[in-house]
Amino acid sequence: MDRSARESLLDRDPDDPVRVLDDDGAVVGTVPDLSDSRLVELYRDLRLARRFDARAVSLQRQGRMGTYPPMAGQEGAQVGSAYALADRDWVFPSYREHAVSHVHGVALADILRYWMGDERGSAHGANVFPVAVPIATQIPHAVGFGWAAALAGDDVVTVAHFGDGATSEGDFHEALNFAGVFDTPTVFCCHNNQWAISVPRERQTASATLAGKASAYGFTGVQVDGMDPLAVYRVVAAAVERARTADGAPRPTLVESLEYRFGAHTTADDPTVYRDEAEVERWRERDPIPRLEAFLRDTGRLDDERVAAVETEVEATVADAVEAAEETRRAPPTAMFDHVYAEAPSELTAQRAALAALYERVGEEGFE
Amino acid sequence: MSGAAPATSLTLVQAVRDGLAGELARDDDVVILGEDVAANGGVFRATDGLLDEFGPDRVVDTPLAESGIVGASVGMAAYGLRPVPEIQFSGFLYPGFDQLVSHAARLRTRSRGAVTAPVTLRAPYGGGIRAPEHHSESKEAFYAHEPGLTVVVPSTPRDAKGLLASAVRSPDPVVFLEPKRIYRAFREDVPDEAYTVPIGEATVRREGADVSVITYGAMTQPALDAAEALADDGVDTEVVDLRTLAPLDRETLVASFEKTGRAVVVHEAPRTAGVGAEVVAALQEAALLYQEAPVERVTGYDVPVPLYALEQFYLPNALRVREAVERVVSYR
Repeated sequence: MDRSARESLLDRDPDDPVRVLDDDGAVVGTVPDLSDSRLVELYRDLRLARRFDARAVSLQRQGRMGTYPPMAGQEGAQVGSAYALADRDWVFPSYREHAVSHVHGVALADILRYWMGDERGSAHGANVFPVAVPIATQIPHAVGFGWAAALAGDDVVTVAHFGDGATSEGDFHEALNFAGVFDTPTVFCCHNNQWAISVPRERQTASATLAGKASAYGFTGVQVDGMDPLAVYRVVAAAVERARTADGAPRPTLVESLEYRFGAHTTADDPTVYRDEAEVERWRERDPIPRLEAFLRDTGRLDDERVAAVETEVEATVADAVEAAEETRRAPPTAMFDHVYAEAPSELTAQRAALAALYERVGEEGFE
Repeated sequence: MSGAAPATSLTLVQAVRDGLAGELARDDDVVILGEDVAANGGVFRATDGLLDEFGPDRVVDTPLAESGIVGASVGMAAYGLRPVPEIQFSGFLYPGFDQLVSHAARLRTRSRGAVTAPVTLRAPYGGGIRAPEHHSESKEAFYAHEPGLTVVVPSTPRDAKGLLASAVRSPDPVVFLEPKRIYRAFREDVPDEAYTVPIGEATVRREGADVSVITYGAMTQPALDAAEALADDGVDTEVVDLRTLAPLDRETLVASFEKTGRAVVVHEAPRTAGVGAEVVAALQEAALLYQEAPVERVTGYDVPVPLYALEQFYLPNALRVREAVERVVSYR
């Protein structure tokens, strides 16, 4: 994208969301320059994310997995934003960006392992930082990581993902301020899914938009239709370009992606207590998956046969991931002592030995 | 609480809710604020229905900002309100930690009593519910270490209501840590009317002559279970529930230890610099000459709380308590 195109895309009123597809999948903006096969892959990854999510919720319901934060409704923003990255870039997720993480290289089985209570799920080796469960705490990490890369002369962009609620935390403001002062190559991807558990966006901040908060830190904030994967791809790609070395003056960008979580905050939450089902239904009409599917069908890139093939592929991929995660042998109890320090102090070694001896003597039943 | 006083069988979390409702009704200055406490009634339902009963000026959903919640509570308290902020899980308190230790804890002393912060900060804490990362920590020692703070951990529904009332009425900031593992573990008859259980007083949950097990919160039940099992082997175990961690009720601890001469201290928090170390020091300082055996600690390990697949190996249980007691009573 050339400079003027990028500027017209990013430097607009903060309440003028970028769109490519309308709610029915008809083209209303500039379709990004992605190959036909890449567009179909994007569709497949949306379907994969949707299926993975449903399966994860079901595993939790069956007692096969712990509490899980679903992402249904937000796949378009997750996959679209991840498609805009180079492999060498780094993602700093909160706890809901399963699809971002997967597209950027984390195996689905590792994502399941983490939510099944296994630390090894975070040892995936991809350019994705470990999940941050506290709110907004990962945003300064993205800034520092990108800053260090820039100081080293490395061409690495960092993308922090967080929700609308996170914009109320001090860490959000401190991170954006650092990014603005130090010109870090960072994209702040705010998934405004309208609800921070039970608190609606309007009660989170009196600001008209979240994108507008960027102006306080001296850089651009832009809204995008987060239920439109092509729009998210375009905006994040432009922001990544600007963060990279574009025009010799890398700058951060805040992207406010307007989305909706169709389901609960987590499997421990009951959204019917605090939000109106009619609102959920209104947002379901903007579901990213049928929108992209309609576009791809209308433009001859997808047909019934290809859709059926995608369904089969996605089903098998998720089934394999669940099987791999569940077949993972539980770590031995003493694994909790691994990696606490680079070198364990003697007191820790003694505690480890005590647990090992107890386990050896009393077995699993001694800990029930 | 014997006799005909009307009571209702409640879980610990229901007793917290009952206590909050009672304090809101008793004193118009009491205000609850936090994340998801109003419309949602709290993620554990500890504030269920309070918005409808007391209105949006007294039961307030805040933006997602713990420093804001604690800091605004300090300001409200200084103006004369009695804020009862909720931090959704104690593991998310840290953005508010600065406000708690740098300001709430020391406004009184710094202003020579002119400015005070009677805030009751409630937070579910501890492990045992297969929760995600950062939802299972026991960091009570952080707060007990801070001069000016009072730290309370109830272990029964009746105590939860009475201690909470004392906390709200306290002139000083109180960190009220609720062991979520036992939020719904059992029920107890809780008096319907308001009452207080005094802060700073431990209680003897089970009397015994041979050894003292000193504990609090969710570890009280495994301690009692161990005591029952030990009774079958002829070991008569006393179980002391601290209830308040700061200030520590040294008198009750020492009295028990002077009787038994042997002790085991139990908590699920990590061992190093934990509350147990303070208990052991208190016994040594006051009752060394009564001591018959080294005091043992049964605690969580000095590791970050493992994710839930290994959680049961981290948390102390009745078996570990029992084995420690056996070592202590057989020491010659």
